[in-house]
Amino acid sequence: MSKEKYITSSCIIAGQVIYKNGQPVFKCPATEPSEFLVSAYRHFALQYPKFHKMDNLAKLGWLANEVLLDGFDKEKYKPEDVGIVLSNASSSLDTDIKYYETVKSIPSPALFVYTLPNIVIGEISIRHQFKGENAFFIFNEFNAGFIEQYVSDLVNNNILQACICGWVEILGDSYKAALFLVEKDKTADSVIFTEENLNNIYQLHNG
Amino acid sequence: MSDLKSQIVAQLNLQDIKPEDIGDDQPLFVEGLGLDSIDALELIVLLQQQYKIKLSNADEGPKVFRTVRTMAEYITAHQAQNS
Repeated sequence: MSKEKYITSSCIIAGQVIYKNGQPVFKCPATEPSEFLVSAYRHFALQYPKFHKMDNLAKLGWLANEVLLDGFDKEKYKPEDVGIVLSNASSSLDTDIKYYETVKSIPSPALFVYTLPNIVIGEISIRHQFKGENAFFIFNEFNAGFIEQYVSDLVNNNILQACICGWVEILGDSYKAALFLVEKDKTADSVIFTEENLNNIYQLHNG
Repeated sequence: MSDLKSQIVAQLNLQDIKPEDIGDDQPLFVEGLGLDSIDALELIVLLQQQYKIKLSNADEGPKVFRTVRTMAEYITAHQAQNS
């Protein structure tokens, strides 16, 4: 049975700015994505040494998720009830190219493990011990309609009680993350989980 | 051994650790520096790139990569063999 679901939190990373629920929470003039992401990691005083070993796609998604879940009480859900559904346009190409460069001499095991886009889901899951359904899809551009339908199906059928979903894209110097936390219960600042609201939040900070 | 520690920090991208923080006899894996299986592969790459040493017998890995000292001893022994 279909019932309304709510976007209870959002995080956008675009144009050298991080937004939480529409409000800028970090700005940095760094033009290199890796420099920007490390600056943000230090700004938020995050303590997770593994962060430095991640590729840029995983760093981007992991960081966006940390901001997204700031203040989120994950203890109210079982690990199996929280899922992750992400998407992007370039898959893991950003790291595939870097790995290919190492193949010419000695292939890098540390880069090889990031030559799949869904590794970012694994990094988020390990961090928060989420064990729910997950999937990573490739689209030319952010497909809010698909995300809304897919996540709604998972939640409506009680496969998930909460879902982190959205877009995590990086290729070279171009990057954008747009993550949304979807839950069944509304909160003071939540908006209804619809294709239109996903697009509105996504397009608000086009970087 | 200080050069080797710097090489380990660079190869494994251990940005929160200074080379001098790694003890000569501190275990590199699990309860020590906390390295994982991918790090072990990167240490094998380090030996190849920096010292032209190929670890031919995988069973030697746990012994060679136990600490910075055991790595240094393995490198020294290998270099002596080849000189």
